[in-house]
Amino acid sequence: MSWLKKTFSSSIGRKFSMALSALFLLLFLLQHFVINFSSVISADAFNELSHFMGTNPLIQFVMQPILMFAVVYHFVMGFVLEAKNNAARNVKYAMYKGGANASWMSRNMIYSGLVILGFLALHFYDFWIPEIAHKYVRFEEPDATRYYGELVEKFENPMRVALYVLAFVFLALHLTHGFQSAFQTIGARSPKYFPFIQKFGKIFAIAIPAGFIFIAIFHHLTA
Amino acid sequence: MKLKLKIWRQKNANDKGKLVDYDIDGVSGDMSFLEMLDVLNTQLIEKGEEPVAFDHDCREGICGTCSLFINGEAHGPDRLVTTCQLHMRKFNDGDTIYIEPFRAKAFPVVKDLVVDRSAFDRIQHAGGYISVNTSGNTQDANAIPINKEHADKAFDAATCIGCGACVATCKNSSAMLFVSAKVSQFALLPQGKVEAKQRVLNMVEQMDKEGFGNCTNTGACEVECPKGISLENIARMNREYLAASFTSNT
Repeated sequence: MSWLKKTFSSSIGRKFSMALSALFLLLFLLQHFVINFSSVISADAFNELSHFMGTNPLIQFVMQPILMFAVVYHFVMGFVLEAKNNAARNVKYAMYKGGANASWMSRNMIYSGLVILGFLALHFYDFWIPEIAHKYVRFEEPDATRYYGELVEKFENPMRVALYVLAFVFLALHLTHGFQSAFQTIGARSPKYFPFIQKFGKIFAIAIPAGFIFIAIFHHLTA
Repeated sequence: MKLKLKIWRQKNANDKGKLVDYDIDGVSGDMSFLEMLDVLNTQLIEKGEEPVAFDHDCREGICGTCSLFINGEAHGPDRLVTTCQLHMRKFNDGDTIYIEPFRAKAFPVVKDLVVDRSAFDRIQHAGGYISVNTSGNTQDANAIPINKEHADKAFDAATCIGCGACVATCKNSSAMLFVSAKVSQFALLPQGKVEAKQRVLNMVEQMDKEGFGNCTNTGACEVECPKGISLENIARMNREYLAASFTSNT
């Protein structure tokens, strides 16, 4: 299988695997948003959906490990590619007008990514670690009604809400470039449909983070 | 027009190099950028100083020899032109102009503003050709039916002059626009399809060996390319490479 190793260690192979993990994370983000948004409409619906996601063996033991791998891979490969790209220009320009030919978002994916990484640490501390401890460390009895209360409680603190809002602004910046970039990298670029991907990507990049911001502020104000 | 020039001076590949200030007067807006440098060099020679070394050849915008990173942009502030076609009317009296060599680890500086772009030649040698016997019985290319859309796209890709502006302007020093143009010009035509798989595998392997960075789709290369080579070519190269990786016998 040396050809496979060769393919995925090439510049195009690395970018392709980055794009595949990105597309998977985009789908994950969409389902996460749909479930979270249900909390705005109905506490019972949110509890039911969360309980299903938290107890379904396929989600827990197949999809969750794939998600963890995709997250770690996307970040690690992001740093590896950034380091390689920096090394590809050992002497920097005295004057470099990056803004003259490329968007800020496209040139600063590593920084928006770092903010998202910081947010993930907070998010894991808030939700994922307590959830894993509840189920797999303390082995507490399943309680299908606890999720809504745990969610609302976290958004009582205005500082946490502010940090979530900031993180989602950076997520929007990351996705503004990242969405269409993933399709370009896998080669899905035809004049027939690429303008649609670009437009849809911009709407997705703004609407989903804006939706998450709305959810955080809604629970903060109504708690 | 009176200008202040900040020009990268470097004696040889091992020298550290630095920006040196020069004042130049009497520059006409009708001069090309390279003619302005000719005037400066004449003045330097008259003063007994070493002239500034820079690459140039056809001065008609078609050979890809001239380079220069001017005020933070490859081939300067104008669009779809090489430095030889950039005119001084794009600048104002009293301007300070930074003139630097194309920078990339794969394009080492030879002297002053001259860089070694032979990495591009080695990528071309790895597969940027079709194998045709020139025995006198070569088939007339016009006898092979070719879809008009493909012929146009292949021609557009073939207009790449290999100047290296894509590498110079890319924040990652990626050569993917150049390589993708060379891959595309053959991949789209029946004559090039025969060796398409091995071509893309070999050219990408050589590109990686040369130490160019990875494409992050910023699109800066497409904007700065003097021939307007499209990012569509990079997407095509990605498709060609991935398909070849999984379907070629080697």
